[in-house]
Amino acid sequence: MSAALLTDDAPTARKSTLPSDVRVTLPRVVRSEWLKFWSLRSSYFSIAGMVVAMIGLSVLVSTVTSSHWTRMKPAQQARFDPTAVSLRGYFLAQLVVGVLGVLVVTGEYGTGMIRSSVSAAPRRLPVLIGKAAVFAVITVLVTTVAAVVAFLVGQQILSSQHIETTLGAAGVTRAVLGTGFYLTVVGLLGTGIGFIVRSTAGSIATLFGLLLVLPVLGEALPPDWADKINPYLPSNAGQQLLEAHPAPAPMLGPWAGFAVFCGYAVVALVVGAVLLKRRDA
Amino acid sequence: MIEVVGATKRYGDRVAVDDLTFTVKPGIVTGFLGPNGAGKSTTMRMIMGLDAPTGGDVRVNGKHYAEHTAPLREVGALLEARAVHTGRSAYNHLRAMALTHGIPRSRVDEVIDLVGLGDVARKRVGGFSLGMGQRLGVAVALLGDPATLVLDEPVNGLDPEGVRWIRHLLRSLAAEGRTVFVSSHLMSEMALTADHLIIIGKGRLIANTPMAEFTEQASGKVVRVRTEDSARLRELLAGPEVSVTAVERGVLEVHGLSSTAIGLVARDNAIALDELTPVVASLEEAFMDLTKDAVEFGVHDDTERKAS
Repeated sequence: MSAALLTDDAPTARKSTLPSDVRVTLPRVVRSEWLKFWSLRSSYFSIAGMVVAMIGLSVLVSTVTSSHWTRMKPAQQARFDPTAVSLRGYFLAQLVVGVLGVLVVTGEYGTGMIRSSVSAAPRRLPVLIGKAAVFAVITVLVTTVAAVVAFLVGQQILSSQHIETTLGAAGVTRAVLGTGFYLTVVGLLGTGIGFIVRSTAGSIATLFGLLLVLPVLGEALPPDWADKINPYLPSNAGQQLLEAHPAPAPMLGPWAGFAVFCGYAVVALVVGAVLLKRRDA
Repeated sequence: MIEVVGATKRYGDRVAVDDLTFTVKPGIVTGFLGPNGAGKSTTMRMIMGLDAPTGGDVRVNGKHYAEHTAPLREVGALLEARAVHTGRSAYNHLRAMALTHGIPRSRVDEVIDLVGLGDVARKRVGGFSLGMGQRLGVAVALLGDPATLVLDEPVNGLDPEGVRWIRHLLRSLAAEGRTVFVSSHLMSEMALTADHLIIIGKGRLIANTPMAEFTEQASGKVVRVRTEDSARLRELLAGPEVSVTAVERGVLEVHGLSSTAIGLVARDNAIALDELTPVVASLEEAFMDLTKDAVEFGVHDDTERKAS
């Protein structure tokens, strides 16, 4: 208990005077969001989860592949893609990134923190921009580094069978760096959905419904419809960037597909921004 | 200064606040009183720009909340539900709030000291008791050294020591010339703290009055008279604004006349009085009386239920 509680002296709320330039600016809100990100345990767990998923799965899949290589059928060997084998961890990492992207927002709605956030920045848009920017910068760095390490470690393991590839080979650098971009946009899509749906469970269900369930449903479409729709489904479009040898038409090219994928995230963030502005907090 | 002009808030069909108009002045503590569900929290949320009014206008220090360039400098708020991420420490919560405005770290330390959270500031808020949560809320409210304070039920969950501390704090904040607007559903709490009362029920304004006047009205309302000659006195006192009830043989309760007036009537008519007592109704009773029609989730009368 502090002395203020025990004395009868009326406490005074002011000791020092605040600087004269105290006011809300976008860079300040971004700095606040940066501190918010790093002051929660879940951020560290998620980042650790991403890295372990990327590198751990690369080690696992590369090791299993090398040890089976001599027993694999020629057809299997022909389909073998050393880049994809070492980046297989993206599939698990996207779950972690997606959940983190959602939690950055819904963690605040769930606890009531969002009311503090929007009362400190009542124009509200800086809150969304700050969250998206901080999340994107941290995630793109972490996932890109994790993807590069996963690739290098995987190739090192595959080199025991002389089946490795290098960053200089066609499409490989694009696929490795693209993994970081793809994962970051998965998270941003989650952030946008978080602002729209506001509940953690609902947002995660929506995000992975879009990413994982839609492509499965798309495969059930009649062929002439499938060719028109499937290339544009979010993960079908976005994952083209992860392939050193992208699937041919009607699937979109790697950058065109990624642009479509970014479009989904932009739409989610814009709708989220409009709702954040309009709805009661 | 808080100005609420014809504010209305509808959630679907439910009207939470209905054409509410009042002004909260600086330099005094203004109590905001009403039964649960009266619309106090909604009104405060409109002041803080969290909920947009369906109609009317709500301004604080002359502007809509969102128009202020440094809102934490203008208005400090403690809102009812805890608005803090449970996974973050109190210190980091305050730092995050301070960073949005460029408020220095030294001010964060200062408000932590002020509310007495020094020992637990580095602990996660999820483990805080209700009272500690309220202290953190007060620290956030004071962070920007604001001209106006909006506090929703600040004594909730505080121990007696904490309640006394809040009272002191509110009075000294008002004495420094700030606008202090505090809600409560307890009249007894307000009676000790507030200089002015705004009472609402079912989203409508019921009373907007200085505390002293409210106390006066509440206490002078009923006078108890004991006399042998009660029947004659009763006739003499009768008037359009006056009601007299006989509570027992020889005892009257008079509404609408002061004890002085009754004494004069008795003297002029040579009626001997055995007792003449202004009955001091408690402020709580006066408040209940005022808001009894406006209790949202009131307990229904037993007879009413039996009849149906």
